[in-house]
Amino acid sequence: MMAGRPASRLSLLVGLLVVVLFLLPLLAGRYPLYLAIQILILSVFSLGFNLLFGYTGLLSFGQAGFFAVGAYGCAKILLAVPNLFLGLAGGVIVAGAAALLLGILSVRHTRIYFSMLTLAFGMMIFSIAWKWRDFTGGDDGLVGIPRAPLTIPGLGSLSVATMERYYYVVLIVSLLAILAMYRLVRSPLGLTLQAIRDSESRAEFAGVPVRSYRLAAFTIAGLYAGLAGALLPPLENTVTPPVAHWSTSAEPVLATLMGGIHTFGGPIVGAFLFFMIKDIIVRFTEYWLIWLGAIVVVLTLGFRGGVASIFANRFLSGPVITRQSEPAPPPAT
Amino acid sequence: MTELLKTQGIRKHFGSFVAIDGVDLTLPGGRLTAIIGPNGAGKTTLINLATGALAPDSGAIYFKGEAITHLATHQRVRKGLSRSFQIMNIFPHLSVLQNVLLPILSRRGRTLVPFSRLEREHEAVTEAERILSEIGLGGARDAPAGALSHGDQRLLELGIAIAPSPVLCFLDEPSAGLTPVERATVMELARRLSQRGTTTFVIVEHDMDVVFSLAEWIVVMNRGQLLAEGPPAEIRGNREVREVYLGEEF
Repeated sequence: MMAGRPASRLSLLVGLLVVVLFLLPLLAGRYPLYLAIQILILSVFSLGFNLLFGYTGLLSFGQAGFFAVGAYGCAKILLAVPNLFLGLAGGVIVAGAAALLLGILSVRHTRIYFSMLTLAFGMMIFSIAWKWRDFTGGDDGLVGIPRAPLTIPGLGSLSVATMERYYYVVLIVSLLAILAMYRLVRSPLGLTLQAIRDSESRAEFAGVPVRSYRLAAFTIAGLYAGLAGALLPPLENTVTPPVAHWSTSAEPVLATLMGGIHTFGGPIVGAFLFFMIKDIIVRFTEYWLIWLGAIVVVLTLGFRGGVASIFANRFLSGPVITRQSEPAPPPAT
Repeated sequence: MTELLKTQGIRKHFGSFVAIDGVDLTLPGGRLTAIIGPNGAGKTTLINLATGALAPDSGAIYFKGEAITHLATHQRVRKGLSRSFQIMNIFPHLSVLQNVLLPILSRRGRTLVPFSRLEREHEAVTEAERILSEIGLGGARDAPAGALSHGDQRLLELGIAIAPSPVLCFLDEPSAGLTPVERATVMELARRLSQRGTTTFVIVEHDMDVVFSLAEWIVVMNRGQLLAEGPPAEIRGNREVREVYLGEEF
């Protein structure tokens, strides 16, 4: 209908946003940078979660488990070898391996059974982080994690010790991860996952081994959770068991619901809202989660497509997967 | 005629209900077969067993002479089996084109391609567009499938069923819930696809006018067993079939 202009308007907007993000260290102080890093991390985390939820139709309540595996994995590596590149890559790889392993068991089921299984696996990882004191430091966690230089074999080494430099690391890594996901959901693999979400039996009869593709989606979501988790310890210099708690699993769920599950950018918009709302509410009350919950309820009941889709429908072209005339939203689980 | 599908003594029960009770059926290639019978006769269960949606309790299933009894559904699809569903089964949030594109990509082994854009799959897209014009939905290419009318969704389902280029395709009540006009369109499409000769169709249908005008061979089922099979004229004259199913006035 009006594909040309709004699409280019969206590209312009995204381009502008990226420029602002790159200029942010010149415009803002340490705290906004810290907040921006948190938003980028949650964006990556939520995008992976939404590949499972919005695109494949599987609601995982255990993504914090893989986030934690990425965080602890990166932390352990940085404590042993001061190289940020190794830390991030290692964190991502162990988280992916954990997701592949637990995924084999989890994707045998769908709907609420899948959700409960992932919740249970997530809490098992939390217990390990809490109890295995020799390896994880128990409730003290791991401390003194260095913001080690980024050394890429054959390319050289770069110190990223300052907040500004580390912000650029997180920004570039996140943008690459977002770009990769954007390509993925528009690829034949992305189409196949969406088809499985719409009808498992029809997909199976289209010749798709459904369970293997669910496992692929689960593993990719685990890799993204791992990457998000691995970016955290160099920022905070510590990592403690709460990163593995189920309430951490709820963060990408809330962000994605607020931003919108049917729009590619929904989880990113949601991650921004999550930290903005939290940042404002905590100034008034320590019970910020209650207020955030209330806002999520209002947004979910009032605008089922999420904030991003309202924005997309009003100002830009239609959302990515569905249009206004859609018959019914895909099943929530 | 070559033998395509053969079942040997297959049985399937759900609790105490015996849905399929020792069926030996041979379906040759190139003959449009209709399966008829009262509700609960086991028609859909037979399709589910043949296509791998269900596993039989006992018995064996052969496709083109090869035992497929224990193959998964997607493996049987690769070997040339396909189906449509009694209850509408499409991908409602994908575009009409994408609905047909998926089985084509799957046949071409392209579904795992992670980063290349869908539009780059030129050959598959061209093939999907050809199927869309064949089923008369070329104009709805980019519409979400769920927004189509009920009749058009049925046509689309046929399109999805033939997109894997099957050797044998089951159509489970393809005109269920359609208006007479829509029904005629769907049946005309089934007839045209069948006449093309690349796919053998087996159709489950309750509309006897359709069955007797369309089918070259009729299989009658009752209480999980084969009651009779033969050419339409012979089935029409079969006293037992008239008693259980067709009725005397037919």
